[in-house]
Amino acid sequence: MTTILTVNELKFMYRNKNVLQDIGFSIRRGEVVAVLGPNGVGKTTLLKCLNRILRAKGGTVMLEDENLLNLGTMDIARRVGYVPQRVETGRLTAFDAVLLGRRPHIGWDVTPRDMEIVDAAFTRLGMDALRLSYIDEMSGGELQKVAIARALVQEPKVLLLDEPTSNLDMKNQVDILNTIREIVRDHNIAAVMTMHDLNQALRFADTFIFIKNGTVHIHGKHDIVTPSVIEEVYGLPVIIGELGGVRCVIPGACRIA
Amino acid sequence: MHLNEGKVPADYQTYLNRKVHWIIVGAILSFALFVLAISVGAVAIPPVEVVQSLLGISVSEKWDRIVWNIRLPQAIAALIAGIGLSIAGVAMQSILRNPLASPFTLGISSAGAFGAAVSIVLLGTGNIQSTVANPVSISNPYLTTVVAFIFCMIATGIILLISHLKGSSPEVMILTGVALSSLFSAGVMFLQYFSNDAQLAAVVYWTFGDVGRATWDMLPLMALIVGAGTLYFIVNRWNYNAIDAGDETAQGLGVDVARVRLVGMTVAALISAVIVALLGVIGFVGLVCPHMVRRIIGDDQRFLIPGSAVMGAILLLASDTVARVIVAPYVLPVSVLTAFMGAPVFIFLLFRGYKR
Repeated sequence: MTTILTVNELKFMYRNKNVLQDIGFSIRRGEVVAVLGPNGVGKTTLLKCLNRILRAKGGTVMLEDENLLNLGTMDIARRVGYVPQRVETGRLTAFDAVLLGRRPHIGWDVTPRDMEIVDAAFTRLGMDALRLSYIDEMSGGELQKVAIARALVQEPKVLLLDEPTSNLDMKNQVDILNTIREIVRDHNIAAVMTMHDLNQALRFADTFIFIKNGTVHIHGKHDIVTPSVIEEVYGLPVIIGELGGVRCVIPGACRIA
Repeated sequence: MHLNEGKVPADYQTYLNRKVHWIIVGAILSFALFVLAISVGAVAIPPVEVVQSLLGISVSEKWDRIVWNIRLPQAIAALIAGIGLSIAGVAMQSILRNPLASPFTLGISSAGAFGAAVSIVLLGTGNIQSTVANPVSISNPYLTTVVAFIFCMIATGIILLISHLKGSSPEVMILTGVALSSLFSAGVMFLQYFSNDAQLAAVVYWTFGDVGRATWDMLPLMALIVGAGTLYFIVNRWNYNAIDAGDETAQGLGVDVARVRLVGMTVAALISAVIVALLGVIGFVGLVCPHMVRRIIGDDQRFLIPGSAVMGAILLLASDTVARVIVAPYVLPVSVLTAFMGAPVFIFLLFRGYKR
């Protein structure tokens, strides 16, 4: 597996406060990466710095051999797809909403080719029946799929997802994360997602980046996810065990009031 | 990554065509209303003769004069102002992410009224003439218009400056607009309190938006600003679709959200300022026409922008026509009629829900 994204010495400041300092890691093709850490540690900030929604104060984000931080916003959008945590709805069909993902490629107006790509994305995600449904009548799970499809039709090399499973029920969480995994494998791209649920991360991610004090605390595969690492990062003792052949994390010696 | 082997779905094409058909029907209706607006009035001219006169085929010299000197500039003003206010409204609703936004959300109408009041009361450009047809007149309409326009632009400038410094957040724009609006309204009240009867009447009269004030020499400026503004919003339709999907989605799609907001607001403010300064305050059109169109063809800006333009023209032409016949021989200012005409239709559309 070849490296697709390399982040070096990335810094971000909000007012005079260092939010991210000296962030560095690299990601390979076909990899699903979970960015983990407590609330407010800067996970979303990190994602937004990668595609320059937020301006990093220094460092490089190399996508293959290009520094994304030196590209124009439209050029970045042709290479990196972004699925935010919050998606607004309106009186549009799912097809309209996904077609918007072609924005970085559109000149004056959409071409038949743009529509063909959108159509293929619906088939790819198994959502053919939803094409002409209005998104303001959709469930949270369907809407999240629309947002993912929108990012896919950008034809990205890297997908960034900000908590893709927040607000979803258990079945939809599994569904969405499976979809992301499949897409990443089949198209040989990479996905970076912020997550809160360590159990979902353990099941669906290949590598894990724990963020603490604005920097990468530890980055690696399953073997780095240990009770001591989690306690260092989240400040909460946990127990990691196996249940039905699946690794699970539960809070450890915590008192129930 | 690459996605291939899709096809353009026929049902989606049908769905798009349906929207285009609505807009074409609206355009035909607005043309019919345009002819009707010229045809109806104190002297009735049959629509066929109106079209003939417009095409330069002279039927009667008297009718030609009525058509070309009186009714045509008024009908064109209604057409342009309807398009402009509605387009500015649809843009503001998207820019400010607020369904209650309208061309006047940023206080432009109050600023214009204050400018007119300054001109009438302090610079002495208003007085009363006792004729039945035109009881109040503004003795120097040009100066009044210019001062009103200057104050509209001052209000816009203040909001632009503050939103630029504060990162173009919709909340800041709306709240600054509300504050400015109150400030200028208070200014108008202050001036009215110290004005004499004639000035007071002229100030109040000025605020009644009326397309009857239009003269040939003001139409090119209006047409230019509204035309260029409409074109700007149509070119940026995909950016507005992206902003409607949420700021973060838009940024992820490469749209410079802050810039699109700031430029869009400037263009919408300019359109509103020109219309307010030349014709007075015409409410309701910019707020409600976009929502009527949303109920019929949805929120997709590709169709919403042209649809709103057509709907604005329809509402203002229809209102102006009714305003001239409802209490004939008196002529009501069109601003009185827009809400009367539009509100029932709008409430019906709200009640019926979305078109599927």
